[in-house]
Amino acid sequence: MATIDYTIPGEPDLETLDIHVNVGPQHPATHGVFRMVLTIDGELVTDLDPVIGYMHRGNEKLPENCDYRQVIGYHDRTDYLAQFNTEHCYVEAVEKLTGIKPTERSEYIRVILAELNRITSHLMFIGAFSSDVGIFGTAFMYAFRDREFVQDFFEEITGERMMFNYFRPGGVAWDVPDDFRERCTQVIDRINSGLKDLEGMIVDNEIVLARCRGLSRVSTEDAINWGLSGPLLRATGLEYDLRKAEPYSIYDRFEFDIPTGKDGDVYDRVIMRLEEMKQSVRIVEQALADMPDGPIMAEGMKRTLRVPEGEVYMRVEGPRGEYGVYLVGTGTDKPYRHKVRAASFCNLSALRAMSIGNYVSDVIVILGSIDIVLGEVDR
Amino acid sequence: MFLLADNVWLDALLRMAIVAVLVPVGVILLTWVERKVIGRLQQRLGPMHVGPYGLLQGIADTIKLITKEDVRPDSADRPTFELAVFVIVVPVFMAAVAVPFTSDIFVRNMALGLFYFLAVSSLGIVGFVMAGWGSDNKYALLGGVRAGAQLISYEIPLILSAVAVAMLGQSLSLYTLVQLQDDTPFIAYQPLAFVIFIIAGLAELYRQPFDIPVAESEVVGGPTVEYSGIRWSMFQMSEFVSLVLISALASLLFLGGWTWPFGADNATWLQVCLMVAKTSAFILFFMWMRVTVPRLRIDQLMALCWQILLPFAFLQIIINGLVLVYDWPSWTLTILSGAAAIAMGTVLHQVARRSGVLYQTTGASQRVGSVL
Repeated sequence: MATIDYTIPGEPDLETLDIHVNVGPQHPATHGVFRMVLTIDGELVTDLDPVIGYMHRGNEKLPENCDYRQVIGYHDRTDYLAQFNTEHCYVEAVEKLTGIKPTERSEYIRVILAELNRITSHLMFIGAFSSDVGIFGTAFMYAFRDREFVQDFFEEITGERMMFNYFRPGGVAWDVPDDFRERCTQVIDRINSGLKDLEGMIVDNEIVLARCRGLSRVSTEDAINWGLSGPLLRATGLEYDLRKAEPYSIYDRFEFDIPTGKDGDVYDRVIMRLEEMKQSVRIVEQALADMPDGPIMAEGMKRTLRVPEGEVYMRVEGPRGEYGVYLVGTGTDKPYRHKVRAASFCNLSALRAMSIGNYVSDVIVILGSIDIVLGEVDR
Repeated sequence: MFLLADNVWLDALLRMAIVAVLVPVGVILLTWVERKVIGRLQQRLGPMHVGPYGLLQGIADTIKLITKEDVRPDSADRPTFELAVFVIVVPVFMAAVAVPFTSDIFVRNMALGLFYFLAVSSLGIVGFVMAGWGSDNKYALLGGVRAGAQLISYEIPLILSAVAVAMLGQSLSLYTLVQLQDDTPFIAYQPLAFVIFIIAGLAELYRQPFDIPVAESEVVGGPTVEYSGIRWSMFQMSEFVSLVLISALASLLFLGGWTWPFGADNATWLQVCLMVAKTSAFILFFMWMRVTVPRLRIDQLMALCWQILLPFAFLQIIINGLVLVYDWPSWTLTILSGAAAIAMGTVLHQVARRSGVLYQTTGASQRVGSVL
């Protein structure tokens, strides 16, 4: 606990009082319904108590009463900013357990959509973070302009704006539209030009530098001990990305770099996201070039999907870090156990340690830099 | 002096009406302008539905705010809570009294107009602290304390930069200062003071990057958080009136008000046009800043004001003193002040990139690992 010695030599001791401030669950900077109880000494945060659970919907238990295909919809609703990534994880888990081999074309479609979804999620992060750090909505609107464009693209493919429910064990629900390639190229161009605008607003901004550099530095060792993953872990300098460390799906076929920071501070975390978007664009470009024609659903899929006895843990690199699904099958059409490892839940657990001793304004920025999605935290 | 009416009393009344009527009407228009400008800067259209191009949006907002219930928290300190609004609004209108908008249109041409303006406009802070304390809300309290800390930081550089101009014009009367700028505006002689004045002015207006007391993402409106309806709209009104006044003062002090570039005795309509153009230029600049830059932390603001703006404001006064005492030609003033302004820009640029004044971390955040 940070303590400051306020005594002035020769003066009688003054008693100072720490006050508790409730930030959230209805606060513009808590990104949903997260609540933190700050103990503040003036502007200095001496303690922080995170309170979660305001959005608990039983997203882990409910699927245990559902058919394996119905569960996909619940994964859209855990991390509702990276739906394709979460669907990807679940679908891969079921495939791993049953031994279904998805078709080539559907693998490429999945990777393209998952990477584009990573981009929309990071755009959302940049927008929300810039609001936390005080830009009056401008970077937010710029990020959303491009995000909407990608979102429209998703809507064209899946028919849904948010809860896509598009991936299936063995493939995808239906084939992509005929103009998929052209539209995808348009989306990439749009993202590339939009990224330049955002970088100009954030990367070399003196105030962003003054606010974010050196703030809440985390060492690689601490990050591993706290179970951080994703951009937070890579910002500390560790080159760890599940797409490379444990290649799933067809990620071993693409060439891309893992951006790493060196200080593990808030500024590096922001830069990580900006760089990752560029790498995702690279992956999408390569996948588009290689995408074959062919069936989109594996042969011999039955109407009812029965999963053999056994358990599986599948993890993917989501935009926020490691998103994992643990499934226990018992030979029926419903999972016996269904558990989600949520990246932002684990990352959020380090908030207290990262925040104590910083100013109130900085705690808001640190919380923003973790990039939590409450649907995923509370599940 | 031009009289608006023959009767002295009627004249005085009419002049006061300028402030009492035109200013609130201007504020209603200005809210529309601000929303429209910010909308455009953010690739939106801004208000579009109430009237043509949303022109009547300000009026609709006013009606809505006036008819809204005036909510007061049960635990609020009633007199403090209710009086705070007036303590904020009254000084703003008092300051408006001293500002000459053209050589004819003003309420009082004071010999100490600049001094009076700066003295009165800093009174509003008492209202902010009262609102922060009286609301019995921790966000409001934090905001009120921040407002106080912010005032003592920006007020001194603001006043010193105005003093630099007063030294040059050898007068504290805004009218005289403007008449002196008929061929060259003071910005040409005092670029450093101008930059300091604009930065400190942004802090006075609580606009980004210095909206620390009212920070939406941190203290959710700060002192204003518990106010609603007409009381809240008075906060809003005082904010917009100060925006106009600071912009008007900046154009009077540095851009030659109604004189430059057309000389001291041009027609009234031209004077009005000049003032409107210069003032709106500043207003638009402040709106532009509002949507472009992030917010500083309160300790960074204090460091900026005390460690960078204040020494450079003194430097400007020393430069002015040297030039005036030794009677050097006026272009030396331009060169010295310009060089100092560039030096300040360099310092700011470096400081943001290096650990030190603006970018410092508290001890505890370095020892993150020891907490858990």
